Amino acid sequence: MSAILDGFSWALLILGGFICVSGAIGMHRFPDFFSRMHAASVTDTLGGTLVLMGLMLQTDGQYLVLVKLILVLLFILITSPTGSHALAKAALHGGLRPKLGSKQDEKDADVLNNFGHQPTSDTDSRSFNTDNKE
Amino acid sequence: MSRRLTLIAVLSIQIIRSRAIEILINVILLAFLAITALSLAFTKDLFASVMLTGIYSLLSAAFFVLMDAVDVAFTEAAVGAGISTILMVTTLTITGRYENRKLYHPVIALSVVIVTGVMLIIGTMDMPAFGSDTAPAQVHVGPYYITHSGEDIDIPNIVTSVLASYRGFDTFGEIVVVFTAVIGVLALLEFSRKENEVVNTPAPMFQHKILRIVSKILIPPIMLFAMYVQFHGEYGPGGGFQAGVIFASSIILYAMLFGIEQTRKAVSMPVVKILSALGVLIYGSVGIVSMLNGGNYLNYSVLAESDITGQHVGIIIIELGVGITVATAMILIFLTFARRIGKSNPNSGTKEGTA
Repeated sequence: MSAILDGFSWALLILGGFICVSGAIGMHRFPDFFSRMHAASVTDTLGGTLVLMGLMLQTDGQYLVLVKLILVLLFILITSPTGSHALAKAALHGGLRPKLGSKQDEKDADVLNNFGHQPTSDTDSRSFNTDNKE
Repeated sequence: MSRRLTLIAVLSIQIIRSRAIEILINVILLAFLAITALSLAFTKDLFASVMLTGIYSLLSAAFFVLMDAVDVAFTEAAVGAGISTILMVTTLTITGRYENRKLYHPVIALSVVIVTGVMLIIGTMDMPAFGSDTAPAQVHVGPYYITHSGEDIDIPNIVTSVLASYRGFDTFGEIVVVFTAVIGVLALLEFSRKENEVVNTPAPMFQHKILRIVSKILIPPIMLFAMYVQFHGEYGPGGGFQAGVIFASSIILYAMLFGIEQTRKAVSMPVVKILSALGVLIYGSVGIVSMLNGGNYLNYSVLAESDITGQHVGIIIIELGVGITVATAMILIFLTFARRIGKSNPNSGTKEGTA
């Protein structure tokens, strides 16, 4: 039983490590900011989760360590996607546009260019940024 | 016999391997530190250099963990990578993002730096080897602290007993320095300003709904963790300095997302100002009380019937004072700086940054 658990844990650890390394490669090879950030964030979340789950299987009855690892996993799952979201949104607000493919959709480009701008007239009610005040 | 030999061989291979991995990690971390420092020196973008100092602090924290100095690593991560980065970014939003054109020739400064650097390197020749047990630092009071801390103070974390008990004067000095910094910032920025001057800018991140919701979820656990660090300082890495910074960071997070004026409504500024003085007062009063009980200043042993209980009581109270002053100092400095964002700045001749 413990051998199976150990093997499973190692499989998770190695898979998580592979995903982290592939994320690092993607971060250096991808063409523009948004795809690089995507590579970093997705692999960071998934790779981190897998590594932490692999470590959880190694705790071997030390419940304090297990609880700490679960907390770390929880906070990574909350903060890592939020951080990437904030980063992407800040870049878009700052005027950085994603590199689109050769079939550049006019509508998409229009939406992206209007991103973050206040609707200029009331006819423009279907603007991307609906700025609702709480 | 041969089985024992193979066992020894396997063990020694394992030791060599783990040692090699440790050296590898050390080398990689040091290389990262050097790369970060070099790019820090050459970048003209101040925002990038602030981020690089944050990375530098985080790398140093990892390095301190490797050297088993978890308390130092904790402080470095919380203060160096956390709060000071935020304070520098806040300052950047006031001043602008790029360095001014150079109006001087840095030859003299550079030569002074090079000469000092060479002298420092020559100075390290005489220093004892890294980790040497005959180094002056290891043979002076260190052995006493390590061997007697258990029976004198009876708390598991020797760092806390050294900070709070053996060297209570130094820590008191540190907390007074923090308080003095707050007084300086307030004297320069806050009191010279007219109080009715309210900036009517919206909350800086009013359109970031996801950030706001996630931060609302995260702020209570951060505050809870600060409490844990505060009262766990005797048992593990932690204590007043780290706890204060972590607590302040939760308030600063709130201020960044919901605006400075909103935060000033939630956190009463007069109360915060009084609290920052109260922390120093609590620390100092513990010394006075121990003098009244017939001991020396900051000798906690006379605070209770038995010496050890007295030490525990003293450490908990002064750590609380440290925590209160550090937290309120960070909040005050941040809010005072951040409130100046958006004001017209006649001195900034350069183009305004968007950091």
